[in-house]
Amino acid sequence: MSTASVDSSADAQVAAGRVLTTSGTPSLASELRHWLRLFLSELRIVYRRPRNMAMLAVLAAAPIFLGIVLKFNTPGPGDGPPNGAGEFIGQVAENGVFLSLLAMFVLMTLVLPLSVAVVSGDSIAGEAGLGTLRTLLTVPCGRVRLLLTKYLMIVVFCFSACLIVAGVGLLMGAILFPIGPVTLLSGATVPLIDGLARLAVIVIYVSLGLSALGAIGIALSTFTQHAIGVMAAILVVVVASEILDAVSQVAAIHPYLPTHFWLTFDALLRTPITWTDVWHGLASFAVYIVIFGALALARIRRANVTC
Amino acid sequence: MTLIDPTPARAAALPQALVDPDLAIASIGLSMRFRSGQLAVDNVGLAVPPGSVYGFLGPNGSGKTTTIRMLLGLVHPTSGDFRLLGTDARVGLDHVLPRVGALVEGPAFYPFLSGRQNLARCDAADRTADLATAPARIDHALDQVGLLAAADKRYRAYSLGMKQRLAIAAGLLRPRDLMILDEPTNGLDPQGTREIRSLIKQIAADGTTVFVSSHLLAEVEQICSHVGVMSTGRLVFQGTLGELRGQGEPRILVRTTEPDLAAKQLGRIGLADIIVDEATVTAQLGEHGADVINAELVRAEIPVFGLETVRPSLEDMFVELTGEGFNVNG
Repeated sequence: MSTASVDSSADAQVAAGRVLTTSGTPSLASELRHWLRLFLSELRIVYRRPRNMAMLAVLAAAPIFLGIVLKFNTPGPGDGPPNGAGEFIGQVAENGVFLSLLAMFVLMTLVLPLSVAVVSGDSIAGEAGLGTLRTLLTVPCGRVRLLLTKYLMIVVFCFSACLIVAGVGLLMGAILFPIGPVTLLSGATVPLIDGLARLAVIVIYVSLGLSALGAIGIALSTFTQHAIGVMAAILVVVVASEILDAVSQVAAIHPYLPTHFWLTFDALLRTPITWTDVWHGLASFAVYIVIFGALALARIRRANVTC
Repeated sequence: MTLIDPTPARAAALPQALVDPDLAIASIGLSMRFRSGQLAVDNVGLAVPPGSVYGFLGPNGSGKTTTIRMLLGLVHPTSGDFRLLGTDARVGLDHVLPRVGALVEGPAFYPFLSGRQNLARCDAADRTADLATAPARIDHALDQVGLLAAADKRYRAYSLGMKQRLAIAAGLLRPRDLMILDEPTNGLDPQGTREIRSLIKQIAADGTTVFVSSHLLAEVEQICSHVGVMSTGRLVFQGTLGELRGQGEPRILVRTTEPDLAAKQLGRIGLADIIVDEATVTAQLGEHGADVINAELVRAEIPVFGLETVRPSLEDMFVELTGEGFNVNG
């Protein structure tokens, strides 16, 4: 049936009480279209929500602020702590690309995880708190389908948050500081394109790290109706993990902490790239996603929805 | 005076209810025991005939909402089976739920979206909805509940009545074979209540089975054809509205200035359970007709100012079935 004839007769059929519904086994294309519709709806309620827009605005403002501060207090190559952010601070004045890296490094400690905590903590618990979870489930929207769609939304959010930080950082770096061939941490200099490619891979790596946190978030979100509580719990997990990570006496558990591999992307800023560090990080993220994903799935299937 | 014998055998659906594929809702042994140990729903056997308007009555806390949540797949029953529209819930609940419109325990939508956007989200979650007619269907549903003019206002700006209407509109997004409504007129003003009532009648006239949970007996009397009464988790009565009313014994009511004399005369005729009041005497109507009783009273020269047959009201029946108690049970 052509779209034109459907549109013109739709009103008549709706008025007559008969509505076209997909009959028989739906095709793969149809299933995909319907799922995409749900997914876009999820993105809409996250990105159009004022408080989430405010968070993304803060994430965009931070690199701008950082760039301006560093422009007027130009740090020398020896400034800053010997590791971590210090590796980047000194380089910012020489190459604006490092502003992007510095911004990601700084925001990864709390602000980026906070935004992921808000979005993932609200994903199921927020719906339960509003009561919209029962509205959705009785449409019916399958529980697993809803959970997976929401997790994909969280992943997209993680990537978009990192992209905003890195992108605005790069833009500010290009405006405020010189941009050119990038001097890596190992000392070698690579062309700008190479540096930008490494930056892109770093953005992907950090986004995956945040996605692992998002998995913890959505799993915790399936246990309660109080979204605020879940957001706080996720932040406690992040802070506790970072504190333990700094205590050398418990070094044995360091590789198992969720935040341990978040900032080890400096491996990608060396030639040759020390891939083992990268694989360790990705493996850690994968394990967290699998474990907490399974927990969330089990919980959402068995739960009695009393909201 | 016990009007109904509330034993499970009398109230539970016959086993063949599950075999009968025509029933809109059929359940057998449906039970729900919460982890705290509380038995919220105890061995409920529903038999909702297709095309009927079935009133699901019961005091607050009797297990009505938990039963409805089980029927819609929100809560997992601890035991028992049920069928919706002939489909076994354990196998195909997700396939039959698109044919069921539901309103459970109050409207729940996103405050930061408009009414129309909220309905669009509900429709987006439906994997069998027709994409092409979505805007038309949403407009039609809003029109049916009278919200078309306010469709683009944010949900947080809606009054309680408007929120309730939006919830009903969500159930009308596509033609349904069964509507399960949990207190649909809750919070509505008299105009709204009337409109919802006529909407329900209209839906039922189209052939949809309507399962309405309510504790507003006057409303149930006006729209329902069948009734199921819950009390502390058990289904204590199930049948047509007529059967429920018929359960009550009719009584004869005599208005007179000589109640004691009238009572004596009624006793002489052979009527039982005579109750004397200030200016009235009532007695259980036996095999004598009201005309005979009237003639007997007049022959005994007792002044009769009024004579009528009264049946217990639905409220009396309801309280009889579910108990007089005002205090909440545990």
